[in-house]
Amino acid sequence: MTTTTEPMSLAAIDAAQRPRRFGALYVAEHQIRQMRAYAWTIVVAGVGSPLVYLVGIGLGLATYLDQQVSDGPAGSVSYVWFVAPALLATAAVSVATEEFTYTVMAGFKWRRIFLGMNASPVSPEQICSGVVLAVLARMVFTTLAYYLIILAFGAVGHPWAGFLMPLVGMLAGTAFGLPLLAYSASITEDKGQFAVVQRFVFTPLFLFSGTFYPLATLPVWLQWIGWISPLWHASEVGRTLSYGSSGSGWPTWAHLAVLVAMSAAGWLMARRTFVGRLRG
Amino acid sequence: MSPVSTPVISAAGLTKKFGDLAAVDGIDFDVPPGEAFGLLGPNGAGKSTTMRMIGAVSTRTGGDLTVLGLDPDGYGPEIRSQLGVVPQEDNLDTELRVRDNLIVYGRYFGIDRRTCARRADELLEFAQLEDKARSKVDDLSGGMKRRLTIARALINEPRILMLDEPTTGLDPQARHVLWDRLFRLKERGTTLVLTTHYMDEAEQLCDRLVVVDHGRIMAEGSPASLIREHSSREVVELRFGSDRNADAAARLEGTADRVEVLPDRVLLYTADGEALLERVAHLGLRPTTSLVRRSSLEDVFLRLTGRSLIE
Ligand SMILES: Nc1ncnc2c1ncn2[C@@H]1O[C@H](COP(=O)(O)OP(=O)(O)OP(=O)(O)O)[C@@H](O)[C@H]1O
Ligand SMILES: [Mg+2]
Repeated sequence: MTTTTEPMSLAAIDAAQRPRRFGALYVAEHQIRQMRAYAWTIVVAGVGSPLVYLVGIGLGLATYLDQQVSDGPAGSVSYVWFVAPALLATAAVSVATEEFTYTVMAGFKWRRIFLGMNASPVSPEQICSGVVLAVLARMVFTTLAYYLIILAFGAVGHPWAGFLMPLVGMLAGTAFGLPLLAYSASITEDKGQFAVVQRFVFTPLFLFSGTFYPLATLPVWLQWIGWISPLWHASEVGRTLSYGSSGSGWPTWAHLAVLVAMSAAGWLMARRTFVGRLRG
Repeated sequence: MSPVSTPVISAAGLTKKFGDLAAVDGIDFDVPPGEAFGLLGPNGAGKSTTMRMIGAVSTRTGGDLTVLGLDPDGYGPEIRSQLGVVPQEDNLDTELRVRDNLIVYGRYFGIDRRTCARRADELLEFAQLEDKARSKVDDLSGGMKRRLTIARALINEPRILMLDEPTTGLDPQARHVLWDRLFRLKERGTTLVLTTHYMDEAEQLCDRLVVVDHGRIMAEGSPASLIREHSSREVVELRFGSDRNADAAARLEGTADRVEVLPDRVLLYTADGEALLERVAHLGLRPTTSLVRRSSLEDVFLRLTGRSLIE
């Protein structure tokens, strides 16, 4: 790699080997350590929210519904079965909306800890990756907890296939979260943008993504929201995993392709934004 | 070529542009190992920008730069692995406790936890923060935070310690404590690169310095040689009241090597201050206050740029 024989250069080359390889993990380690400060919130949100939704919907809403929402291979599917995969994906997406906004702003501006990391051997790309890894770790916990709870409520058709649901949920989390990360990393002035994202992006997606009723119920001119919504795609795949059919007509690979494409595009943009911001 | 003489930092025509603004405008300097090298200059001179390029976190737009014999463009992680950086603005992790800040930071250099923990304890002692190990960062005073930042910068046992305005905003006592720590590092042979706009700090800490203004180097040398070269031995400061300073200065023209009028006082540059004071008295001028002092870097700066360092 180099032709230098200068001892100080060789010492530097040697010392950078581990950070070059493991830098992203060091960043993730630090970020996860930070999460301890609000570990309680993570647990309460992770376990409490599925409980509240499932009890509310299972005992309340579902008993009022006469119309069937969907068909599985063995006939009509109960409403809770229909909603559960969508709720799980929503949980992953809401972790993304929390972590890929305020945490990023804190890193660049409020507490400037990314600037501290930046002076160490780790690269901007590794800082970006480390942040993402830490959020993925939180998503693993949240989606797995969610899955076990819906399983306990008997809201899954095929429990074993359903174990892929947390993965699909996390894919929704990255499809929504990584473009959001790229956006957050580009913000230099906090003017309440994140509240806008929460209210005018996340909430409409949640309501119009076929979460509580099939997307086809909506007029066609509103259905596009579902097509670009990671939530809808992940919910449909989750339903297929749970009871073998989603009824939307899109093949599973197409749903997955949209999720992967959004994640990949967000990932590339986020890394570029980190580099631009930390190497100016 | 003996290894002792190989500079640890070498810059030639180093330039950084932000759009049309040349924040650093073609500067040249070498820093040999073990030296305490200073960049002295007013706000906006380009000190931090230079530090960031040396620290391999800002890409240069022109010129050559090597740090430890390596080009930051291709060897950023390698260079950063050997640096300790004390930035102008603290960026300690306020959510972590004092000792954990050191340990977590050490991990970024690939240092194992046990070694990090051992060094953290040594460094807390060095920074005189042993009894604050478990405190929250926000509960520390400004001077303590600065010392913690220095301790953090030392966790990787750096070859070069970069300090961007290490004592700005600290009270005199906290500054002296900090200077004392930096002296110790100097004694141990750590190369120091520091920026400051305090001339007393530059005089105290730097073996050699460059005076920068508008991204250019105005002069270079040891504090003593800069003063010898660009100023007289002594300075007489006279105050006549702000509306009379200019008049008095006009009458004083010729009494000293050089006369400088500032809004609040008149400066007379001369080899012998007491003798000059007598001549002033003979002229019948009655300053409200008068003071004879030795020339400082402040005077060098005034001479070179026509401006004060600190407005
Ligand atoms: N990221 C940036 N984008 C645009 N301009 C910049 C950027 N960073 C610095 N500058 C400009 O470059 C010039 C030099 O700034 P720099 O921070 O290096 O000065 P400094 O000598 O460290 O000053 P101070 O004593 O105030 O810290 C200033 O005019 C500053 O506004
Ligand atoms: Mg500065």
